[in-house]
Amino acid sequence: MTPRLELRGITKTFPGVLANDDVSLTVMPGEIHAVLGENGAGKSTLMKIIYGALAADEGEILWNGEPVRIPSPTAARHLGIGMVYQHFSLFETVSVAENIAVAVDEPFDLPAISARVRELSERYGMPLDPDRLLHHLSVGERQRVEIVRCLLQRPTLLVLDEPTSVLTPQAARSLFETLRVIAREGCSLLYISHKLEEIRDLCDTATILRAGAVAGTADPRTTPPAELAALMVGSALPETHRDPARPDPTPRLEVRGLDAEAEDPFGTDLADVSLAVHAGEIVGIAGVSGNGQAELAALLSGERTLPADDAIRLDGEPIARLDAGARRRRGLAFIPEDRLGRGVVPLMSLRENVILTAHARGGMVRGGMVRRDRADAYARQVIDRFDVRCTGTGAVARALSGGNLQKFIVGREMELAPMVLVVSQPTWGLDVAAAAFIRQSLIDLSREGAAVLVISEELDELLEICDRIAVLYRGRLSEGRNRGEVSVEDLGLMMAGGAIESGATDAAGATAPSPEYPEP
Amino acid sequence: MRVQFEPRPTPSLAAQVLAPVAAFALTVVFGSIFFLILDLDPFETLHVFLVRPLSSANGVSEWLLKASPLILIGLGLAVGFRANVWNIGAEGMFICGAISAGWFALAFGDGDHAWLLPLMALAGIAGGMAWASVPAFLKVRFSTNEILVTLMLNYVAVLLLGYLVRGPWRDPLGFNFPQTALFGPSALFDPLVGVYRVNTSIFITLVAVGIAWLFVQHTFTSYRMTVGGAAPAAARFAGFRDSHSVWLGLLAGGGCAGLAGMMEVAGPLGQLTGHISPGYGFAAIIVAFIGRLHPFGIVLGGLLLSLLYMGGESAQIMLRLPAALTRTFQGALLFFLLAADFLIYYRPRRVGRTGTRRGRGGDGAGGGAEAETAARQG
Repeated sequence: MTPRLELRGITKTFPGVLANDDVSLTVMPGEIHAVLGENGAGKSTLMKIIYGALAADEGEILWNGEPVRIPSPTAARHLGIGMVYQHFSLFETVSVAENIAVAVDEPFDLPAISARVRELSERYGMPLDPDRLLHHLSVGERQRVEIVRCLLQRPTLLVLDEPTSVLTPQAARSLFETLRVIAREGCSLLYISHKLEEIRDLCDTATILRAGAVAGTADPRTTPPAELAALMVGSALPETHRDPARPDPTPRLEVRGLDAEAEDPFGTDLADVSLAVHAGEIVGIAGVSGNGQAELAALLSGERTLPADDAIRLDGEPIARLDAGARRRRGLAFIPEDRLGRGVVPLMSLRENVILTAHARGGMVRGGMVRRDRADAYARQVIDRFDVRCTGTGAVARALSGGNLQKFIVGREMELAPMVLVVSQPTWGLDVAAAAFIRQSLIDLSREGAAVLVISEELDELLEICDRIAVLYRGRLSEGRNRGEVSVEDLGLMMAGGAIESGATDAAGATAPSPEYPEP
Repeated sequence: MRVQFEPRPTPSLAAQVLAPVAAFALTVVFGSIFFLILDLDPFETLHVFLVRPLSSANGVSEWLLKASPLILIGLGLAVGFRANVWNIGAEGMFICGAISAGWFALAFGDGDHAWLLPLMALAGIAGGMAWASVPAFLKVRFSTNEILVTLMLNYVAVLLLGYLVRGPWRDPLGFNFPQTALFGPSALFDPLVGVYRVNTSIFITLVAVGIAWLFVQHTFTSYRMTVGGAAPAAARFAGFRDSHSVWLGLLAGGGCAGLAGMMEVAGPLGQLTGHISPGYGFAAIIVAFIGRLHPFGIVLGGLLLSLLYMGGESAQIMLRLPAALTRTFQGALLFFLLAADFLIYYRPRRVGRTGTRRGRGGDGAGGGAEAETAARQG
């Protein structure tokens, strides 16, 4: 049988980086082929080359045995390649059918499109109402819109870039069912992920990328996970060490009945959110993105203030009116999910970037003047203690890799010795080693007596480091559940809206004076 | 094979310093071609344009006299520009400073008061700031666009000045010319050297350069404003207030422009007329950017633009070239400067199916993340 797609020796360089190094892979018709690799291993670059969004520097692409050039996504679609990106490109204010109609290369005929959307959604088990406005849709439904949009073009190869990163475990499973049906009908699938479990569950073959090059090819159903992981990371997976929590009885950070309308018209309003974080513990907030995480983080950090409200308290004092600087001076540090442009100023040096949050410490500013030697010393300390790989304190923040930049930001906030640390997506986009380092740092900080709140979309991460986990769904926060008493299944159900309504109203549960943990 | 531009990982310091030099060189090349088309000898014309104005003591005096307000206004504007506060109303603030200072000069100019000149300087600063406080208030309170408000207020200031010199402040002995009486000697700066027009107000500009340098390099306020301009989300994350930057950025620009206006009427003009600025307030925007918003750079930028003003005049007189030539030169300079700027932060790269292979840079996985970021931007 002729392979559907064959890549031979694909090489792509970016400034200072070899993103794809002599990558070859073969996808057969009807095959579900995984491209497995860490963040930064070159998966997305490779997919963009296949989809014509990027041009390879070297190498050959064979489509059904014929050498082809794919100069643009349009050309890729004409060949029969469909792509579902990790981040959707959909219009919020119009209907599902309209979103699809504008994106397909055919006459704008809404009734016809609607009919075909209904037909496809039925055939592949993806419930979708073509007349609904997009902003009413959940993230999972939006993904269906993207997939249906691709399927309308009758692709023979469908590329999916980390499709489950926005889904609950249950939604992911139903997506897999759909994908299996699509593959059975002869369409090949290229499935990009860094999650071993789902690749073992779904895929026929896996090509593992590491640092831009092919580290190996394996049958994921028969290869032990540890072996796949070793191929992906280049060594055994690092583990975090975690002592049992000994939380303080009085809460450090306390939120009670917080209601807040979103500033963004398509944001999520928070309704009656209550939580308490005690010294010595890590509390996690799980949830599919877009359920109010961004709004909650901005309100907790002080990037957004509330006019007159004591809904947020730090050590018993109301802080909702204080801006981020004032809260930091009282001991509340924050690590945002956006690093460049929010956590740091991209074109400023690390030395200058420490002043951003550490200016109140160690006489860094005296008499209105910045003392750069102090800033430099602080930056050097962060670089040394948190193993930030860079050219020195004068390195421009933008020049650091994602992992090193996050280590710098985490280090900068931790050196402040905060009493409360709020972290949003602490390891988003990081390689395994850097992620493990940061998780361990968070655990250590909490065990040294700080109250740590982690907002993350990665359930595995929360289950690894948190002592209690609550779920945010449509702006409502569930009761916190002790780790060990809650399963992935339960959390998945809560992330999809089940069993939350009762928990959210029970604020007392979340603010219990002293949570008790089972002995490990 | 096509050419793509990609961001440089680290913009080099050398490139940042060399960019204005390269831009100037390109402007000269552009000018030469331009003169050739006009059937002029490019060497002679450039000589008239760039060298002749400085070949006499009077020329140097005029050069400094024009550079001084450009530099002073540029310093003030740069404070706001660094915080993304786009004040293009320096012209109006210049005029308002001149009007406020002029009132004191007209009221007390007859006597011999040592305090009059300092008072006029303060009045000039206050006048410029008052004009700047309008867009500042509107932006902070109602989120108006400061570009529009400052621009429109320029015309209001010009009309206000026109009304004053044609109406209540017109010199009764001035044969109905639209101008005020000449200021008394105690309301004027002393000449620096003998008969030349350059005067002691130039020291004000020098002191302002020092203060601006201290402010930019060392103060926390300037740091906060720079963060606000470069990354607004980072400023919010740090807890720096936007409204402070808006107020300070506009007031600094207004104060400096107002003081420059006072220096102009208490210096070479010696009175208020309907046209007290040859576009200093606008030219200073170019000065600020040529100087990369850095005080020392602004000094060089001011000297360069002042030379272009004089070169344009000397070309008009000696070669009978149109006055628009000066503007063309300024425009070309700004154009090349922006082009050079782009190349500081981006570099061209040829892309195609066959490229040269480059070595592996940075650590594997971490570097790859950067590449994916670059790809997403691209």
